[in-house]
Amino acid sequence: MPSFIRHPKDFWTGAIFLFFGLAAVFIGQDYPFGTASRMGPAYFPTVLGSLLALVGLAAVVRSLVRPGEAVDKFYVKEIVLILSAILLFGFLMRRAGLVPATLVLILLSAYASPSFRWGGTLLLAAGLAAFAFVVFVKILGLPMPVLGPWFGF
Amino acid sequence: MEILSNLGLGFATAFTLTNLMYCLIGVFVGTAVGVLPGLGPVATIAMLLPATFGLPPISALIMLAGIYYGAQYGGSTTAILVNLPGESSSVVTAIDGYQMARKGKAGKALATAALASFFAGTVSTVLLALFAPPLAELALKFGPAEYFSLMVLGLVASVVLASGSLLNAVGMVILGLLLGLIGTDVNSGLARYTFDLPQLADGVNFVIVAMGMFGIGEIIRNLEHDETRTLMMKKVSGLMLSKHDFKRIMAPVIRGTAFGSALGILPGGGAMLASFAAYSIEKKVSRNSAQFGSGAIEGVAAPEAANNAGAQTSFIPMLTLGIPSNPVMALMVGALIIQGIQPGPAVMTEQPALFWGLIASMWIGNLFLVVLNLPMIGLWVKMIMVPYHRLYPAILMFCAIGVFSLNNSEFDVGLMALFGLFGYICAKLEAEPAPMLLGFIIGPMMEEYLRRAMLLSHSDPFVFVRRPISATMLGLAAAAMVVVLLPSLQKKREEAFHEE
Repeated sequence: MPSFIRHPKDFWTGAIFLFFGLAAVFIGQDYPFGTASRMGPAYFPTVLGSLLALVGLAAVVRSLVRPGEAVDKFYVKEIVLILSAILLFGFLMRRAGLVPATLVLILLSAYASPSFRWGGTLLLAAGLAAFAFVVFVKILGLPMPVLGPWFGF
Repeated sequence: MEILSNLGLGFATAFTLTNLMYCLIGVFVGTAVGVLPGLGPVATIAMLLPATFGLPPISALIMLAGIYYGAQYGGSTTAILVNLPGESSSVVTAIDGYQMARKGKAGKALATAALASFFAGTVSTVLLALFAPPLAELALKFGPAEYFSLMVLGLVASVVLASGSLLNAVGMVILGLLLGLIGTDVNSGLARYTFDLPQLADGVNFVIVAMGMFGIGEIIRNLEHDETRTLMMKKVSGLMLSKHDFKRIMAPVIRGTAFGSALGILPGGGAMLASFAAYSIEKKVSRNSAQFGSGAIEGVAAPEAANNAGAQTSFIPMLTLGIPSNPVMALMVGALIIQGIQPGPAVMTEQPALFWGLIASMWIGNLFLVVLNLPMIGLWVKMIMVPYHRLYPAILMFCAIGVFSLNNSEFDVGLMALFGLFGYICAKLEAEPAPMLLGFIIGPMMEEYLRRAMLLSHSDPFVFVRRPISATMLGLAAAAMVVVLLPSLQKKREEAFHEE
């Protein structure tokens, strides 16, 4: 972290606001702006984007002046495990079906916990997969494949 | 009296077997949410929303509302028995409630919390029935300029009352407003900010944003600390309050209900703010203020009355004006829109059974909650001990299946993961997600009202200050902004939120 940033939390928050604000304004240029009495689709987002960019700029400038805390450490292993469990669930849902997707989601995400044990987690995964099948497919009747094309269905 | 016939219609609606059942499910789930660690009403309501799309609107609303005020009851149980607030609104209950439990008076503390909540729930139901109709009548006269100014006021209030940096909260609101604009523009039919993805043509579903930011982001954050809970006692007894206890809690409960009801109506207010304010006021005015912090029964009664009153009166702006005052109400607005009902003053006249049925169901729900919380306390004590590493995979499963079921689309599941990551980053940077969710729901409405107001006034920007109601609201918003920006108050505000 460069030393001139005295408030890293505010700096990064400001940078995020600045990025989204400018992106909204730039992308909005492709749309008709219109006039104040007949606003085009670009009018409101351009105004908001400019405001957001200003707020972001203010936060960035302030972070160079006013000191503050550093950003806590990111728990990368936990982030990767949880997010990939969700993404895999989405990927498997239509291909392998609800039950395999749920099993993978539970096993992978439970692995992120420091209290992870194989035995308990396998039981939990089996129980939740059965629960999902009964509640979502049987009772609520959601149109989801229990086992998907990968299993020849 | 018109109100009696209205309430009669309400009770007739709420007393059908189906609606009673959904009310019971709602308050049961709500209590569980309040008791269980790391699961809040916003994430839960978002998780259950997809399952309510097939229900009649009134049943869906009764159940979802039950989750919110039910969580206020459940949260206090955890606060008292393990000194960990089950909900943010029961943080202050933990202070004196846990001390009471340590002195062997856990039963008394639980009974006080439940009875205070019930009293507050009853009063605020009546307040809702009394004040909602005139407010809705007033709102029927609102034009687009008034609505726009009202939304500005609501968003400013949510910024002022958000904890943490003011600048962050402003940024989060605007970011939310912008995210709400993704999708097809209703006026021109043009797809905005969709990156040519057909999945974004209808915009981002609010369920995805809420689950990602409040559900997934929160889970990753909770995994940072290996949490252990130690229960004060396995068996809770002595649930009866003595005459002397009743005398002591009477005034605090009434004061807590009054503050809670008032603060709940404010945009950005709701249960959490109400409980904080009630506790600090009670500490100042109570005759037993010396005992506060070491097990004063008043310190449980006042905030518990306040958080339940606040949870219920926060329905007033949502039901009468169609404007959400906190993230839970934002989800309710979204749920109504999905059900094909445009929230606003017209709901009361066009859907009287829905409106009055919901109000009546709140009182019934509160009655259920007293029964659920006192005689059945043993069940919740068991639930408190559910370890988090068993719970969060189940939460993830509900989120994932719920989001997938919206459109049967893996794109939505991926989008939820993205919002989860963003929610985690925001938590790391101390940028609150609540104002963003409010902005997200309000964004499209706000643009539409601005458009109409400017069209009707032939692009005269002074229309907002020329109309008295609109000018008053903008004036209030400006005053609120100026007040929090005063250096002396800003310091106080930071201190107040630091006590959390």
